[in-house]
Amino acid sequence: MTALRLLYTGWLFQFKQMSRSSFDSFLAILWPLFFATVAFFMFQQGGDPDALIYAGLGAAVMGIWTATSVAAGSALQRERWHGTLELLVAAPTHFSLVLLPIGLATSTIGIYCMATTLLWGRVVFGIELQFEDPILFALAVPATLLSIGALGFLIAVAFARFRYAWAIGSMTEYPIWLICGFLVPLTLLPDWVRPISWLLAPTWGMDAIRQSSTGVGSPVDDIAMCLLLGTAYVLIGVLGTNAVLRAARAKASLSLT
Amino acid sequence: MTSARIFAVGGLMSYRALFYWLTPMIYIPSLVVAPIFQILLMAYIGRSAGLASDEFYVVGNAIQYAAVPCLFAMMQLVGGEKFQNTLSAILVSPAPRLPLFFGRAVPVVLNGAFVAAFSLAMGSLILGVEIPAESIPALALVILVAAFSCTGLGLINAALALRIRESAVLSNVFFGFLLIFTGANVPLSDLPGWMRTISDYIPFTHAIEAARDLVDGASASSVLDLVGVELVIGGAYLVVGYALLRFFENQGRRHATLERT
Repeated sequence: MTALRLLYTGWLFQFKQMSRSSFDSFLAILWPLFFATVAFFMFQQGGDPDALIYAGLGAAVMGIWTATSVAAGSALQRERWHGTLELLVAAPTHFSLVLLPIGLATSTIGIYCMATTLLWGRVVFGIELQFEDPILFALAVPATLLSIGALGFLIAVAFARFRYAWAIGSMTEYPIWLICGFLVPLTLLPDWVRPISWLLAPTWGMDAIRQSSTGVGSPVDDIAMCLLLGTAYVLIGVLGTNAVLRAARAKASLSLT
Repeated sequence: MTSARIFAVGGLMSYRALFYWLTPMIYIPSLVVAPIFQILLMAYIGRSAGLASDEFYVVGNAIQYAAVPCLFAMMQLVGGEKFQNTLSAILVSPAPRLPLFFGRAVPVVLNGAFVAAFSLAMGSLILGVEIPAESIPALALVILVAAFSCTGLGLINAALALRIRESAVLSNVFFGFLLIFTGANVPLSDLPGWMRTISDYIPFTHAIEAARDLVDGASASSVLDLVGVELVIGGAYLVVGYALLRFFENQGRRHATLERT
């Protein structure tokens, strides 16, 4: 119960804090809109209305990853700047219960991005999305958010001892957009890319959102796979947190000063 | 002689001291890897949409990505003084402003050109785009002019960094507008009329067009007019940027807001 309360409080605190940062909220919403606009123009000129709907949904999910990648990458560095990292690590609760809400809060900001991109596509480009299965769509979106948040948590842990983790987080933006099939069908990518895509939860989340929206195929398996991978990221992240903190304590390198 | 030293030595020192992306830990992910993936992303979207060839996206995005080093570096080279608490010391010094600010722009132009050229080379290799060997010298000149032109916009960005806090957000917004309006990914003829009009007056539009012509085998002399227009646009932005810098410097002194961070 304490762990759940900590997760909720941490998520709410981080979400409020990020909502008031123009870099983490305003830019996170605007940035994918630029790319969405370019993609909409490109697919519009291509003349295939189905492709435009495909792009409309993909561009909406792109924003969730944008909101997560940079912010999650720099989560620990931010705590360092605030001078709170050592206190949080020394606290009796497991440090992953502090980090995980950060990942989840960043992906929650992605809801703004998603809504804005869908609205932008509808108003400016006339993209009319249909929600054939609203219940499954309502399940697919939070499943995708949670799994992307878990991936953000994993990135935060993986680059905990890296001073410029934000640059790595930012670098992952385009590759994830590309290989998770947000705007480009995976069949267009080289064969060797596909196994990598399958290991990434956003691939399954994107599929689930598309299938529940268009009514083509059943998204249940994709939602399950998305949640399964998200859980795996959290487990790996928790184990990684232990290893990272042990090494940081042994080498007295937590503050990176 | 003092002005020349401020221009050359001062410019280089400021660049090395204030553009903190020069560390390989940021430079490689942000200015080496990211532009290659932007090219790949756009080329694959282009294939999916069936709109244009890979060559179109490789050239357009390689040149457009020079905006990142040009905008962010110029912003950090001026705005960064605030965070180092050195802005007041610089602005009370008798150093002439023209070499002080323009000297900082030279390394920015060279780095912007390097990022664009490297991205173009890597994008071409990965996607199999052939660049005629005889076009390479002219292409290098076009890239250099494109970086110069965007550094002009960077100087405006730097001036605004004296006034506003969220200069990183502003740099990203400029980048996004250039992505849409320069024709890097959407042929200009497919953009609405009002967007085409804007694209005529912003950095990169003419350089990208010239570079595409050169990669298609056009002679250097046939793109001189496009390069000339790009140079004029870059020069105009530099003048506006310099005027804005002086204006905000003056405003900062009047309202004691120079060190507002």
